Amino acid sequence: MEWLRLSPDEWTAVHLSIRVSTWATLVSLPFGLAVAWVLARRDFPGKAVLNGLVHLPLILPPVVTGYILLLTMGRRGPVGGFLDEHFGIVFAFRWTGAALACGIMAFPLLVRAIRLSIEAVDRRLEAAAGTLGASPPLVFLTVTLPLILPGVIAGMILTFAKAMGEFGATITFVSNIPGETQTLPSAIYTFTQVPGGGAGALRLTLVSIAIAMTALIASEMLARRISRSMDLA
Amino acid sequence: MTLAVDVRHRLGAFTLEAAFESAGRLTALFGHSGSGKTTLVNLIAGLQRPDAGRIAIDGRTLVDTAARRFVPVHRRRVGYVFQDARLFPHLTVRQNLAYGRLFAPRAERWADVPRIVELLGIGPLLDRRPGRLSGGEKQRVAIARALAASPRLMLMDEPLASLDEPRKAEILPYIERLRDDAGIPIVYVSHAIAEVARLATDVVVLAAGRLVASGAAAPVFARLDLAAPEERDETATLVEAVLESQDEPFALSVLRSAGGLWRVPRIDAPPGTPMRARLRARDVMLALDRPERISALNVLPAVVRWVVAAPEAADALVGLDAGGDSLLARVTRQTVVSLSLAPGTPVWAVVKAVSFDRANLPGRIPAPGLAPTGSGTRS
Repeated sequence: MEWLRLSPDEWTAVHLSIRVSTWATLVSLPFGLAVAWVLARRDFPGKAVLNGLVHLPLILPPVVTGYILLLTMGRRGPVGGFLDEHFGIVFAFRWTGAALACGIMAFPLLVRAIRLSIEAVDRRLEAAAGTLGASPPLVFLTVTLPLILPGVIAGMILTFAKAMGEFGATITFVSNIPGETQTLPSAIYTFTQVPGGGAGALRLTLVSIAIAMTALIASEMLARRISRSMDLA
Repeated sequence: MTLAVDVRHRLGAFTLEAAFESAGRLTALFGHSGSGKTTLVNLIAGLQRPDAGRIAIDGRTLVDTAARRFVPVHRRRVGYVFQDARLFPHLTVRQNLAYGRLFAPRAERWADVPRIVELLGIGPLLDRRPGRLSGGEKQRVAIARALAASPRLMLMDEPLASLDEPRKAEILPYIERLRDDAGIPIVYVSHAIAEVARLATDVVVLAAGRLVASGAAAPVFARLDLAAPEERDETATLVEAVLESQDEPFALSVLRSAGGLWRVPRIDAPPGTPMRARLRARDVMLALDRPERISALNVLPAVVRWVVAAPEAADALVGLDAGGDSLLARVTRQTVVSLSLAPGTPVWAVVKAVSFDRANLPGRIPAPGLAPTGSGTRS
């Protein structure tokens, strides 16, 4: 069983992947909620365009998304340059860039899951909350949000899983720097490119499977607990 | 409290146009499905915005399109009981009630939640989730939740429509208590004549989006009764009673109500069981002198409260107060003239025991098999 033990470099890749995915999930959540709410509840000119933009990363080759990120968010890109100059935030070739790439690649999944659950909310319940004196933001916090919680959690798990596996956009945008941007998939890819890397690739593959399964089971249990507490099970 | 409404609202091909004022304790909005009742209630609640017009409670404007004024729903403090209870599934009954209370301004919180819980008999349900409640229980909790918000006005949109007869009979007394004890004006939407007759102090009648009649309940209700011939045979009132004793040799049971004793065909229940007897207007006879040597077993003293008759109709409807029981009697217009029936006239109400036929037999409260109460229901 000795071959199963991870080397320090491999551990670094695992930690980095988890950190990148966690940040990608948490930071994209408020944006995902807002966009999902707008798409589910509002009608406005350009809604189809917004919907298309959100879903673009799902359809485009990941390498293209990564390249677009490199062009816009790189240090000399229009957005990246601005952020660097005014806020000192740098994405290019940093782990933050990996998180950004992962967040954007997973964003359609997050929005989709939340949007579907918002559309499933009985709006008559929100109207009832209004008659009881709750203002629209309070209605969202006290009625809508609790009711869509299972969908939000499902969306977050999907985002996390997608971020763990993101490869194309990440490697294009922030390259494959060990300890900084070399996430699990990049590390596995690197192993497969060198002679004798098979054992390392297999180890990291097993780790990937374990993390994905744990996340999936945790989300299942959480969703069941929530729906049971609402007597919807 | 005075509710003043003068609105025009278009929904596709349908136009609602209604202007009325009501100061009643319970104003019934009456009309068939699609007559615009729910739209009107939604306009009062602020869930919809009228195309034009004004709605005010006690001179406080809720919406006035001419003055470009619109108070949003959450600032109107109008309690709304929906047809489908709309309890929050993620909260317990207790939390649903707390939610109602939460947003009421401190200075205006008159609602005494423990008393409301008692009034509606929902104490045993407090720790349950709405998913585990029956339809009748849900509706009672919904009423309690709306009350807990200390509203200035209660709107009830066919709160009984989704319930079967026993459940309706279970909730009606609570609404009556609300009307009589809580001191909060109620606007009650219904298309069931029996409910309106039992509950309303004032009635607003809508048909196809237009106001047909409005005013004090008794005369308006009678006009409705005359206007709906297919329901006239079933126009009835309910007498609340308790089973007093059994008359075994004759297979009769004796009920005691506020107005006196009633003999009805035997009911299998122990003495003391609460009962509700449904009495159709056409089964009640009137006499000026106490009839002697008459086959009918039930003869009770009563006073005429009101009489209404359409000039062209053969019959009239007489509202009676029999020692606290409210009865209706359908008699001919000729009788009204020949007996000089007018408000205040003392009469004897005569009811045959066999009028309480199988379909009209009273039952235990609340239990299945109750006498139908919603004779006017058409859903």
